[in-house]
Amino acid sequence: MTASVLSLELSELELKRGDRLLVSGLSFSLRPGQLALVTGPNGCGKTTLLRTIAGLARPAAGSIRLGGQLVTKLEPIDRGHIAYQAHLEGLKKDLTVRENILFFMEIRGVSDSEHEVMQELGIEAYADRSLRQLSAGQKRRVALAVLKLGGAKLWLLDEPLTNLDPEGRELVSGWLNQHLADQGMAIVATHLAAELKRPGSLLVEL
Amino acid sequence: MKLPLWFHRFGSPPYVYGLANSVAPWLGGAGLILVAIGSYLGLAVAPPDYLQGDVYRIIYIHPQTAYVGMMAYTLMAVSAGIGFIWHIKLAHAVAVSAAPIGASFTFCALVTGAIWGRPTWGTYWEWGDPRLMFELLLLFLFLGYLALRASFDERDKADRVSAVLAFVGIVNVPIIHYSVLWWNTLHQGPTISRLDAPAMDTAMLVPFLIMVAGFTAVFYWLLLRRLQGEILEREQGTRWLRDFVRGTAA
Amino acid sequence: MAGSAFLSILRRDLRLAFRRVSEWANPLLFFTAVAGMFPLALSPDRLAMSPGEGELYGLQSLGIGVLWMAALLSSLMGLDRLFLNDADDGSMEQLVLSPAPLLSIVYGKLAAHWLVSALPLILLVPVFGLVYQLTADAIAMLAFALFLATPALTVLVAIGAALTVNVRSAAAVIGLVVLPLCAPILIYGARATALALDAESAAQPLYLIASFTFLAVSLGPIAIAAAVRVGLE
Repeated sequence: MTASVLSLELSELELKRGDRLLVSGLSFSLRPGQLALVTGPNGCGKTTLLRTIAGLARPAAGSIRLGGQLVTKLEPIDRGHIAYQAHLEGLKKDLTVRENILFFMEIRGVSDSEHEVMQELGIEAYADRSLRQLSAGQKRRVALAVLKLGGAKLWLLDEPLTNLDPEGRELVSGWLNQHLADQGMAIVATHLAAELKRPGSLLVEL
Repeated sequence: MKLPLWFHRFGSPPYVYGLANSVAPWLGGAGLILVAIGSYLGLAVAPPDYLQGDVYRIIYIHPQTAYVGMMAYTLMAVSAGIGFIWHIKLAHAVAVSAAPIGASFTFCALVTGAIWGRPTWGTYWEWGDPRLMFELLLLFLFLGYLALRASFDERDKADRVSAVLAFVGIVNVPIIHYSVLWWNTLHQGPTISRLDAPAMDTAMLVPFLIMVAGFTAVFYWLLLRRLQGEILEREQGTRWLRDFVRGTAA
Repeated sequence: MAGSAFLSILRRDLRLAFRRVSEWANPLLFFTAVAGMFPLALSPDRLAMSPGEGELYGLQSLGIGVLWMAALLSSLMGLDRLFLNDADDGSMEQLVLSPAPLLSIVYGKLAAHWLVSALPLILLVPVFGLVYQLTADAIAMLAFALFLATPALTVLVAIGAALTVNVRSAAAVIGLVVLPLCAPILIYGARATALALDAESAAQPLYLIASFTFLAVSLGPIAIAAAVRVGLE
């Protein structure tokens, strides 16, 4: 699957939590360079939708295809095309920033230097501090650095602007714009749609 | 994976419900009749054993309950596996219906075995005896499956997680079966094996086999009834069930 | 990729273990407490197992049972750590989503867990063997049998942990399923040690333990990976 022609297709998607129907008949497609914003009240299924697109859960009905292949049946190598940023950062609190980042680089088979990414996000300054000692905003920045590693084409972001100061939020927006300009795709679940909206973006209201 | 049409029919709750409804009474009837005949032949007609006297007559109950228990577990594990791999909810329904019945039969096997053991081996139970231990493990696996299910709020999750457990436990079934061949145990060797002629006299063999058939039929009768109940519970709110209930009420 | 994922996880989990000392130290302290305090609960005259056999034999027989049981219980104590930590901070999700094979990740975690919880136990056990006045042969056999058996125990406990990662009270399942599954290992391990104590060949129980371990280590992780995936659904 070549990365350049990747597109995401959702078709007649139905999501359930237990017996409760969250989403039904959802269909849309995402092209390279496009952004989709998912909005809705708490508990309406934004996180479930993102997790299902990531391939962690199976939809009750319908299909999600990335580059023509079902996301639940992606080859391990192709899994690198999707980067999912959940509420929980997925970082180990007892490791330092650098150790966390290096670990993810090993797991994802990335051989670049970690310095660039760390510098861009302004986290070089505390690279060798344990995550326990960081503030929520700083941890978010580290999570974003991990997101950026591996060059995933599809970003799935669950409330990426929480816990960030205005400078941090600007950084994320800028980052997102850069990613989209590089022909990446992104689906962002957010309460702050206004901050991230740009021309050509899809709005999915649950 | 493309599945044949008949497979899809068996995945349809209304179809299976209807099938179970028509088949179950026959199985129940046949089962009870077979058990009655087998009991009569085994207890009254068959001659006493030259070694054990009349005590041996537990052979008309004990091995059958053990066999049904192992068959139940195999059915449970295979159904749970099918449900897990192909996401067929009805398969999970079969597994959860089989569990309590299998547990009961296994419990009976252990109890009848203990009753038999006292006069023949001198003890009700022997810790460290492989066959006894693995049979007890089988009971625990059934109970563990049900306990694990109970700890989940969502039925889907309960189905899928417990399916992994059911599948892991399947290794126990061949271990129980071969334990008498692999180890020196108090337990006697298998009476019926596929390739050799059975070691029993015909007068004893006939009731033995009748009881096997009878208990098996009873098991499936109970299974189908439980399965029907399970389907009713899982399919609450569906159109077919509403129509079905209205149909019967009218 | 597979080999490096195994090593990456192994290194990470070992590093984490050394930074959270109580996680691996507690089970060992528990083992020490149980094994050390048992003799206090028994008066010497009750230790004679049969007429003619002195108290020594009674103490030794007790020791074999206690040490094996304590080893088993302390393996259970490390259960939480295996998957709960990763589930709690979302790293399990990231690992499952990564290109690394889940099976390699599972093996890496199991290896790290064994190194940190079973290996110290194997080294600690001879000390208690002396407390229970076991012969040198018996102590060596105990350590060797534990070395053979602990990988299987690790896998079995991990299966329980993976299945119950989202469950509130895992105690029921653990008690009903993991302990009985570990029972054969307990029985044969104790038997091997007892045979060594009587200066007899313990080959048969050792072979059995080795086959349990082989079976558990080759098939168990597949079930664990499936359980982890299902837990995230």
